[in-house]
Amino acid sequence: MEHFALWLGAFLTLGILSFLYKDNAWYKLSEAVFVGISAGFWFATLFWDNLVGKFWDGKGEEPMLWVGAALGLLMLFRLLPKVGWLSRWPLAFIVGATSGLWLMNYLASNIMSQVQATILPVFSSGFGAGFDADLATIVGNLVIFVGTFTGLVYFFFSKEHKGVFGGAARVGIFFIMITFGASFGYTVMSRMSLLIGRIDFLLGDWLGMIG
Amino acid sequence: MTTRTKEIIALVAVALFVVIFYIRKVAGRGAIEFPTWLSMLVILLILASLLWILVLTIRGRLIERRVVFLYVGIAVALPLFMSLTQKISVSPEVKQLYDAIVELPEGSKVLLSFDYDPPSAPELQPMAESIIRLCLQRDLKLIIMGLWPQGPQQANLALEKVFDDEDIAAKNLQYGVDYVNLGFQSGNEFVIQRMGGSFQSMFQSDYEGTRYEDIPLVRNVRNFSNVDFSVNFSAGFPGTVEWVQIAVDRFGLDLGAGNTAVQAPQMYVYLNAGQLNGLLGGMSGAAEFEDVADYRAKGTKFMLSQSFAHAVAIAFILIGNVAFFMSGRKSRLKGD
Repeated sequence: MEHFALWLGAFLTLGILSFLYKDNAWYKLSEAVFVGISAGFWFATLFWDNLVGKFWDGKGEEPMLWVGAALGLLMLFRLLPKVGWLSRWPLAFIVGATSGLWLMNYLASNIMSQVQATILPVFSSGFGAGFDADLATIVGNLVIFVGTFTGLVYFFFSKEHKGVFGGAARVGIFFIMITFGASFGYTVMSRMSLLIGRIDFLLGDWLGMIG
Repeated sequence: MTTRTKEIIALVAVALFVVIFYIRKVAGRGAIEFPTWLSMLVILLILASLLWILVLTIRGRLIERRVVFLYVGIAVALPLFMSLTQKISVSPEVKQLYDAIVELPEGSKVLLSFDYDPPSAPELQPMAESIIRLCLQRDLKLIIMGLWPQGPQQANLALEKVFDDEDIAAKNLQYGVDYVNLGFQSGNEFVIQRMGGSFQSMFQSDYEGTRYEDIPLVRNVRNFSNVDFSVNFSAGFPGTVEWVQIAVDRFGLDLGAGNTAVQAPQMYVYLNAGQLNGLLGGMSGAAEFEDVADYRAKGTKFMLSQSFAHAVAIAFILIGNVAFFMSGRKSRLKGD
């Protein structure tokens, strides 16, 4: 069984990699198997975990589960054109609950905390007055201040980007480009890691060529 | 020779290669390792061939995209056979996570959330293994869970690997007392939200079906306030962003994170704002953590391939730019 699993894994991996040469039936088969198994896995997991695990096995002891079940059932009404409007209720609940939760979360974590982290004393290592910061800290704080300020200027479109304002926006675009470059570099690293993982499987687990 | 014939020959060659090496593996022959001189020779040959491609490009002969794929494949595969080591410098955010773990007193409870699946394992599994190993080495108690269905399985694989270590095996660690795997729970960020009130409301039983109240390790763990530190291994949604926004900012959890390289840049803002207590970004983060924890495993081994692949990618970017500027110059000379 172990050998079969290894060969099947290798067959599908090589099938996916064969796309680099050209589109072919082997690639299409591997892709379809991957997509089908992923969808089936998710369906089975959620069915056994939610419907059977929580609702059926738990015999719906928790009252809120009945509310969830009713809303879930309403979602299926979309399949019946005459009462399809009922499916909007669970959708409205999902949109409302998610917005309510995320509004506060984003406000606190992604706005307030980030604004706070950007307001930095330039020459002090802490938040008090003083000139005790080392050169690296001073440069780092200045970069964060200048980068944030000029980046925001770039996205201010109510005034034409000319003169000093245009110069600041130009500095801002440099910071934005450096950020994109860093993200691109990390993305390359991530994709290479996936390739390394597959090659490690092929040459190591499958063919035993590497330790 | 037609293209079809060439393709058939290539397929037969690959099949022969596979059969020979599979028989070699079944016969019990060990791994192949290049001696240093051979590794250096291979590097020199690759460099020379890249220079040759540059010369061809300058002469106006462009190469096919498949050649680039082949070079990237070679750059990734060959270093896996090499005995060369790469110097790794540890970044402050990796050291911060290491320090946060080693400063925990013996017996502290660490919550590990495995929010990834096998496709992200090459990056996150080495991190998980080295962090689990460090925690168990320092007699910390592990509470494992996952917001992705395959997460707890990845955790079990990591535990198996760590228990192969003689020092860890000698500790005779007991499931349910020293570590527990609570399994997967669907519901994404709402699971974290409800765990803020009660862990038990989300995990009535563990991965093996033991009821929550019957597990000695978590019997007194009600919510995040009973956890001393937490590490999230994340490959997307739900992941570190949700843990920061809910568990850290609402419930005050002390959190470190291991992320895939794709999403790592988005996490630095949380690190700088003090919402994260340490961050491992991608395979380099895993290798750095292995270095600082003095446990060299797959993260370190894979970094050589990573560096070679990056060098090849940079070389082809340069070659591509040369081709671009040369074509521009030719156009100008022709007066286009």
